[in-house]
Amino acid sequence: MPDIKAGRLDGGSLSDNFSDMLPGFARNEARVAAERCLFCHDAPCVKACPTSIDIPLFIRQIAAQNPIGAARTILDQNIMGAMCARVCPTENLCEGVCVREVSEGKAIEIGRLQRYATDAAFDAGRQFYSAGASTGRSVAVVGAGPAGLACAHKLATLGHAVTVFEARDKAGGLNEFGIAAYKATHDIAQREVDYIMAVGNITIEHGKRLGRDITVAGLRREFDAVFLAMGLGETNDLGLGDEPAGVLDAVDYIAALRQAPDKAALPVGRRVVVIGGGMTAIDIATQTRKLGAAEVTIVYRRGKEQMSASPYEQDVAQTHGVTIRHWMRPVRLHAQAGALSGVDLEYTRLEEGKLVGTGEIVTMPCDQVFKAIGQVFVPADIADAGAGITMQSGRILIDAERRTSWAGVWAGGDCVAGGQDLTVTAVEDGKQAALSIDRTLRGTAAQAAE
Amino acid sequence: MADLSVNFAGIRAPNPFWLASAPPTDKEYNVVRAFKAGWGGVVWKTLGEEGPPIVNVSGPRYGAMHASDRRVIGFNNIELITDRPLQVNLEEIKRVKKEWPDRAMVVSLMVPCDEESWKKILQRVEWTECDGVELNFGCPHGMSERGMGAAVGQVPEYVEMVTRWCKQHTRMPVIVKLTPNVGNILRPAEAAVKGGADAVSLINTVNSMMGVDLDAMSPWPHVGGKGTHGGMCGPVVKPIALNMVAEIARTPATRTPATRGIAMSGIGGIESWKDAAEYMALGCGTVQVCTAAMVYGFKIVEEMKAGLSDWMDTKGYRTIEDFRGMAAPKVTDWQHLNLDYVVKAHIDQDLCISCGRCHIACEDTSHQAITNLVNGVRRFEVIEEECVGCNLCAVVCPVENCITMVEMTEGVDPRTGIAVGGHRTWMEHPNNPMARNPQAAGVAGTVAEPAE
Repeated sequence: MPDIKAGRLDGGSLSDNFSDMLPGFARNEARVAAERCLFCHDAPCVKACPTSIDIPLFIRQIAAQNPIGAARTILDQNIMGAMCARVCPTENLCEGVCVREVSEGKAIEIGRLQRYATDAAFDAGRQFYSAGASTGRSVAVVGAGPAGLACAHKLATLGHAVTVFEARDKAGGLNEFGIAAYKATHDIAQREVDYIMAVGNITIEHGKRLGRDITVAGLRREFDAVFLAMGLGETNDLGLGDEPAGVLDAVDYIAALRQAPDKAALPVGRRVVVIGGGMTAIDIATQTRKLGAAEVTIVYRRGKEQMSASPYEQDVAQTHGVTIRHWMRPVRLHAQAGALSGVDLEYTRLEEGKLVGTGEIVTMPCDQVFKAIGQVFVPADIADAGAGITMQSGRILIDAERRTSWAGVWAGGDCVAGGQDLTVTAVEDGKQAALSIDRTLRGTAAQAAE
Repeated sequence: MADLSVNFAGIRAPNPFWLASAPPTDKEYNVVRAFKAGWGGVVWKTLGEEGPPIVNVSGPRYGAMHASDRRVIGFNNIELITDRPLQVNLEEIKRVKKEWPDRAMVVSLMVPCDEESWKKILQRVEWTECDGVELNFGCPHGMSERGMGAAVGQVPEYVEMVTRWCKQHTRMPVIVKLTPNVGNILRPAEAAVKGGADAVSLINTVNSMMGVDLDAMSPWPHVGGKGTHGGMCGPVVKPIALNMVAEIARTPATRTPATRGIAMSGIGGIESWKDAAEYMALGCGTVQVCTAAMVYGFKIVEEMKAGLSDWMDTKGYRTIEDFRGMAAPKVTDWQHLNLDYVVKAHIDQDLCISCGRCHIACEDTSHQAITNLVNGVRRFEVIEEECVGCNLCAVVCPVENCITMVEMTEGVDPRTGIAVGGHRTWMEHPNNPMARNPQAAGVAGTVAEPAE
């Protein structure tokens, strides 16, 4: 029988395990870290930041003991700077190109410094933004995740009235539901949402799902502009037929874990297999270990280099006792009395650039399998738009200004094609879309007045 | 292995690293710990005249300037001379000197500016059988308001007069400690020489306020809401001290009686053997340390002794006299610098980490002589046609030796169009209306003028 149960660890251990994995800087730590920054000219880190935060400037502000000013520098470019400080794969972005990384192999700790500054502003209750003078225009935003909220915030500061439609009863999107609990402690995702909402001129209508309660065409009629940012609706399937009990969607489990007030209530297997190679795989693997799973194995069909999880994230998982197996893929699920008992894994290799199975199969007994092989966009949600919205590779096609092919409709975040599926890129999408919407609405207004 | 022993104005010590007159040398307990740690000598914290003991503030005496890692780079104090009874100090000095006969024991003194006071204190001090006295003409706070310390040191006539009294009333070597809080250090130094001083020690602390408390709107640190200037020391004062040492070292009036000048004990920001060696290269026979000991403890002397010895071995110097003062003749006035000496910045592209600081510093504030893009690629190269060799790029570069100033030894300076290899100082330069050699100036002038 599968060994799945709640409360594998006592409350104290769970509380330790789900506390801040990398605590914020103390004041002097921050100053020392900040003083290492060289204040580069035309700094590579700024170019590597999808939201173009003036990193050398905010770090200098920290060094000059003005963390609140540093927070303003950050939030001016990225209103979700607090969460991005925690979840950005900085080693692939700003820190990866830091000249100190290049020269010494030790980048300025930009992410942690950003957290230090934004925490300081939040703790001090400093609000930098307010709603702009009303333009009389209204914009509908679909999805209260990073892209949607970033767009709503920028629009509100520019004077537009924003209504956000959100399927869930809580705002924040993947920041609230999709990030490992130990990365977003102290309710930071909600504090950030509150900070954004405090600007005013933004209304969130919860329980409104696109395609069920609202339609793109309807919003387009009702509002002057529409921004689509509903993310991805479904998790990819393993493609192994009927799934016995014990095969779970990692995204759902991560969301449940984040929302669970008592982590001991979550049932977790003794032996856990995670299928996938991205951040979701890392987050579910690490967190099931933290819940008390005895053996957790990530199975990825390609090599270490191809994993979309950053090397740092891979290290985090391995430090927590997660085993990562490369070049293997699941080919069959074993069940006993309708419950999962194991998974057959086939070795893989590349043949002329194509991934193929070698035919060699091993059986890994397990109690739970988590699917973390990516999510897909649900086209049915925008079916009413018909051919109005052009798709590409299963997601919405946008231009540089985040305009879809349907006039008056913009899109951003994970639901658009070609993105990196990061919080920070979603925020940039939202910001750029808001600026584009603003330009468009003001242009129209100018024309109407003539 | 190098011999670090010194004979400084007749005072012998196993090494040149002495503790300056300051809190670390205020009592037997500390000084014995210092000698156990290996210091070559101490200058006992300043003794005053017999009478009610000195009273210090019970608020903060010390303030500091910190680098980002909390390293203390500047330090200041408002502590006065010893606040312990004179006889207690004298007995301790005598005892310690007896127990540590090989170490230099110098006693710092500060009494009112009359001959009788000095005569009296010198007699008391001689009883300790110490090796010498140091006249504290430098302390810039508190005592100076009572007509002592810097109040004497800032008036050359007083320096000379008191020095002369001391030489008359004691057989011991007399070291005059100089205050840097003067317009020209040579005046009190010359006065000390005229008065017959055996040596000068410099510098004492620099008048300073370490900061302003922007909440209390008062100096920082403050005593009960009010602050006063203190005396600053530590690494930040070393350049000031080196310059003053160099001025004394290269000036004929202070280079008597011996050809190598009056004995000098260097003080100011010495934290390592290298700092000490620099003072010695300018002519100092010993160095005195306080701040580094107060920050790190007495153990630092181990690094200083080992480092100096190792460096001397590397250079082949057997004794400190082998290199002492070697850099002093190279110190000159601006007007004697060779204006035809040409260097160009050179950036080692293998060491360059592409931070761009050299570019922006040159671009914004100097000569627009460093690129930031070459063929559209981020790259920092020197534009020799613009480079004046100012050294700013090398100063701001975070990588040691990535940017160096390379001398042009042949050809024509692409910036000025003048052939290198000449030697013209301002004294001969054609642009100098008072040039001493107008003929040479005229010839050179024909080369220089087309550049305009």
